[in-house]
Amino acid sequence: MPDLGPHAVYIAWAYAGVALATLAIIAYVALSSRRAGARLKALEAQGIRRRSAGAPPA
Amino acid sequence: MSLDSAAPKANWFSRLAHPGNFMGWSRPLIVPVAVLAALCLAAGLYLGFFAAPLETANVGTTLPILYIHVPNAWLSQFVYGAMVVASLGTLVWRHPLADVAAKVAAPLGATFTALALYTGSLWGRPAWGTFWEWDGRMTSTLLLFFIYCGIIALWRAFDDQLRAARIVAVVTLVGALNIPVIKFSVDWWNTLHQRSTNLASSMDPSIRLPLLLMVLGFTLLFLVLHIVSMRTEILNRRALSLARQAAMGAR
Repeated sequence: MPDLGPHAVYIAWAYAGVALATLAIIAYVALSSRRAGARLKALEAQGIRRRSAGAPPA
Repeated sequence: MSLDSAAPKANWFSRLAHPGNFMGWSRPLIVPVAVLAALCLAAGLYLGFFAAPLETANVGTTLPILYIHVPNAWLSQFVYGAMVVASLGTLVWRHPLADVAAKVAAPLGATFTALALYTGSLWGRPAWGTFWEWDGRMTSTLLLFFIYCGIIALWRAFDDQLRAARIVAVVTLVGALNIPVIKFSVDWWNTLHQRSTNLASSMDPSIRLPLLLMVLGFTLLFLVLHIVSMRTEILNRRALSLARQAAMGAR
């Protein structure tokens, strides 16, 4: 580990905060995506289909 | 002339941005862009901590904070710029994907802005002797954070997301007036924050390379999170539409 000098504690807090927030937002986005997919699958499993589920415009 | 032949053909951008097409072409992008983001961040951190100097005469020993402060500060404004473009897409072209892009960008932009403020204050304490100063750059960036929070709250205040999209788009465009204030605040007012730095010329190459890698890595990370969030919002709207359809059928 390199010597970060007299202000190492500020550097450590900065990196810890950014790492924590970045991991939190990644986890939030991933979990939201999983939940949305599961919700749609559950509805489709009940036999409900989108009326507009046709092909997109060519 | 038949109606079919008279109907204008959708241009390539409209086809690309059609929600159905977007779900198709965006999926294969997620993993490669995420891997590229991780590689850029890992290389940037390695070079920043093990190849570049850990202090310079003008920045001091808090130099490593630069590698996370600058990318978040850049993204705080870049994401807002993306929301402005999306808002124009909503108001001018009424594109169905534009409001989805604007809506899901706001929480990401708020996060990057909060991190820019957080790392900036941790930079400021040893460098300037204070965590916070009500100067132009810091105050206008805090205002940007509040604008993001207001936009997120506004989206949640409406059940009808199509109506919300137009109102939020107008608010987003008005809020864009703050972006040049952030950019030029260091020139307009006396401030503790350093003036704009030209990365291409005024920085030692051994510091510039890891900094550019970190900026690229965080930008790619935003891109991945934005794509996944847009896909999630599209799935949520489809699920909502299906639930309404089911409720109508049950009557």
